[in-house]
Amino acid sequence: MTQKITGAEILMKALLDEGVKTLFGYPGGAIMPVYDALYDYRDRLNHILVRHEQAAAHAAEGFARVSGQTGVCLVTSGPGATNTITGIADAMMDSTPIVVITGQVGTQMLGSDAFQECDVVDITQPITKWAYQIRSAKDVAWAVHRAFYIAGSGRPGPVVLDFAKNAQLEMAEYVHGNIDFIRSYVPVPATAKSSIIQAADMINAAKRPLVLVGQGVELGNAVDELRAFLEKAGLPAGCTIHGLSALPSDHPLNVGMLGMHGSLGSNKKTQECDLLIAVGMRFDDRITGKLETYARQAKKIHFDIDPAEINKNVEVELAVLGDCKQTLPAVTALLKEAEHTEWRESFREWDALEQQRVIEPQIHPAEGPLKMGEVVRRVSELTGDKAVMVTDVGQNQMMAARYFRFTQRRSVVTSGGMGTMGYGLPAAIGATFGAPDRTVCLFLGDGGLQMTIEELGTIMEQQSPVKIVLLNNNYLGNVRQWQQLFFRHRYSFTPMMNPDYEKIAQAYDIPVRTVTDRADLDEAIREMIGTPGPFLLQAAVMEEDNVMPMCCPGHDVDDMILTSEELSH
Amino acid sequence: MTGNHSTSPHTPAPAPAEKQPAGNDTKLFTIIVFSENLAGVLNSVTNVFTRRQLNIESLNVSASAYEHIHRYTITTYTDERTIRTVVKQLEKKIDVLHAQYFTNDEIFIMDQALYKIATAKLVENREISKAIRLHDGKIVEVNSTYAIISKEGLPEETLALYEKLKSFDCLLQYVSSGVVAVTKSLREPLAEFLYLREEERRAMEKPLDL
Repeated sequence: MTQKITGAEILMKALLDEGVKTLFGYPGGAIMPVYDALYDYRDRLNHILVRHEQAAAHAAEGFARVSGQTGVCLVTSGPGATNTITGIADAMMDSTPIVVITGQVGTQMLGSDAFQECDVVDITQPITKWAYQIRSAKDVAWAVHRAFYIAGSGRPGPVVLDFAKNAQLEMAEYVHGNIDFIRSYVPVPATAKSSIIQAADMINAAKRPLVLVGQGVELGNAVDELRAFLEKAGLPAGCTIHGLSALPSDHPLNVGMLGMHGSLGSNKKTQECDLLIAVGMRFDDRITGKLETYARQAKKIHFDIDPAEINKNVEVELAVLGDCKQTLPAVTALLKEAEHTEWRESFREWDALEQQRVIEPQIHPAEGPLKMGEVVRRVSELTGDKAVMVTDVGQNQMMAARYFRFTQRRSVVTSGGMGTMGYGLPAAIGATFGAPDRTVCLFLGDGGLQMTIEELGTIMEQQSPVKIVLLNNNYLGNVRQWQQLFFRHRYSFTPMMNPDYEKIAQAYDIPVRTVTDRADLDEAIREMIGTPGPFLLQAAVMEEDNVMPMCCPGHDVDDMILTSEELSH
Repeated sequence: MTGNHSTSPHTPAPAPAEKQPAGNDTKLFTIIVFSENLAGVLNSVTNVFTRRQLNIESLNVSASAYEHIHRYTITTYTDERTIRTVVKQLEKKIDVLHAQYFTNDEIFIMDQALYKIATAKLVENREISKAIRLHDGKIVEVNSTYAIISKEGLPEETLALYEKLKSFDCLLQYVSSGVVAVTKSLREPLAEFLYLREEERRAMEKPLDL
């Protein structure tokens, strides 16, 4: 007979059985038995003490995004749990697999407004794949295995386990085992064979096809399958922000990022293509612009693992349900080889226009203050286009997405759906644990840095090698841009009074350098990359610069402005 | 949605056209959902409606013909495109087994209503007992203070008796169960789903996880 151990220790064993080696957390009253058990497992479970629970959730996200494994986060009840809410919602929107374990008061006290009691399961149900309260030690192993199966399978997402204190203390047997079947849950829908044939027929018949590559390709580990699919039929492809590293930036079929601040060519051609092929993306409003006019001329095929995404925003002629790791090669096998040379050439005039009017002035400005785009591009080039790009949210994010270049898969860590400011710093910490052999470059603004600036403490303690590139423009830049363009230059509470970031970095013993002159940029970046461990590179960038091109809200996706002056006409 | 799960005649439901001013193809749909009997599923089911700004007209939760499986009957006014997505979002919930939507001609529906009226009014106005008979209501209890009338039928029928009794100014309480429904289809999708999943489970030699 197996020996009885505490529910808290069962959690440790179940986590190890799930292959967990790293967790991000913060202790507190209602999770103390678990932390006590963890004390004896420190040699097998690397617990990273963050400085705020929100950061634990974002770090788990960053870990998951680069590693492909489920991120784990451990916090206490009440405020500890509610502090993770932003990260949980973020993971739900961006299909990131994380398991958040929250302490809870004992079951005998539930509902009595006990100290640090909070109804975490009810709060998190709408923003999780599954939320469950563990009320007995007997349930622990089942719940943990179920949580990992649900978080990581099908379309991934967050799971919350609310762990009542008595269940942590009670004794039960731990029975090894895992779960990969739940009767009511079909993670990968069956693929209709007819849909594969019909998709191939539609693609073979298309004269002007355009593929939209989403994060589903990365999540499905189908990067190679996508490439074979595109190359066989000569299909030009644009990427969503989360799909950016699913296709190398310099691949001849890559026509750039889609959407609001995407490439001119991909958005113009969305309105001219005769067949739109979406793969693992969800037609977010930042991609489609005005929905009523979006690609009306085109037939549409939607490859997705989540049936609820089909016809949710954009009605399609054909859905190819299933795992794109299987569906893409199945369709590829039926494709005729094609080049679509003329159609692909037709993107070039827009590429040239964007290069001349937007890109060159952004990455090779002759004079004036530093620009965000040139900083991003030089960091990318000097890391061999091989680094992990982590961003915060705002102009820094859009500039990073536009000017960073990708050759490696799983290289994008950003908050796309929720647009969570403060995501960058903790997510970058998580990424350094998820991809310890890679360079992790974080681009963030002076607003976002201050939202989770306490995590410099975690970086200090862990010596996490985050290369922090602070694009400091003394503004909440993206909101300021919208105020300039759509609110008559009324800069309502967007100028940002900043602390001395050099002094802050010094206080945390993090090497720091500020660059203001273009002539010093390369050397500063080299110093950052060459310095082992963390580094803060502060770039004093042009204050009132705008992310261009831009599809203004409510406009057709091909109606893009190249400069802010165009808007006044 | 409100806390009251059944149609309340005291706050009459606005006409369908007023509910969804954007579209004129709005109609009443009945959604039948089956879930595992686990805590918290009801919340996650109703949450799908809340997010899509749909008011639940009636909601009935009960045991189903299968052990450990709960059955939800929900009615709401919306258009077909929305309800199609809603049903998929319901099925996406981990513990939901099956969800399907129906229009009224595809299902057999029934509502159960109870009316508590003042005995004094019943005695002094003979039209009241006449109306009860005409509407096929059953008087199930009478004492010196009140009488209880029971009626089952289509929602519009139970509502019609309510309107009638209200016009006599005798009504003390009224409650409706909300509709329950069974499909008229010759197929049983839940049974098919369960059968399929059981076959898959056996083929994969997996333990049963409810």
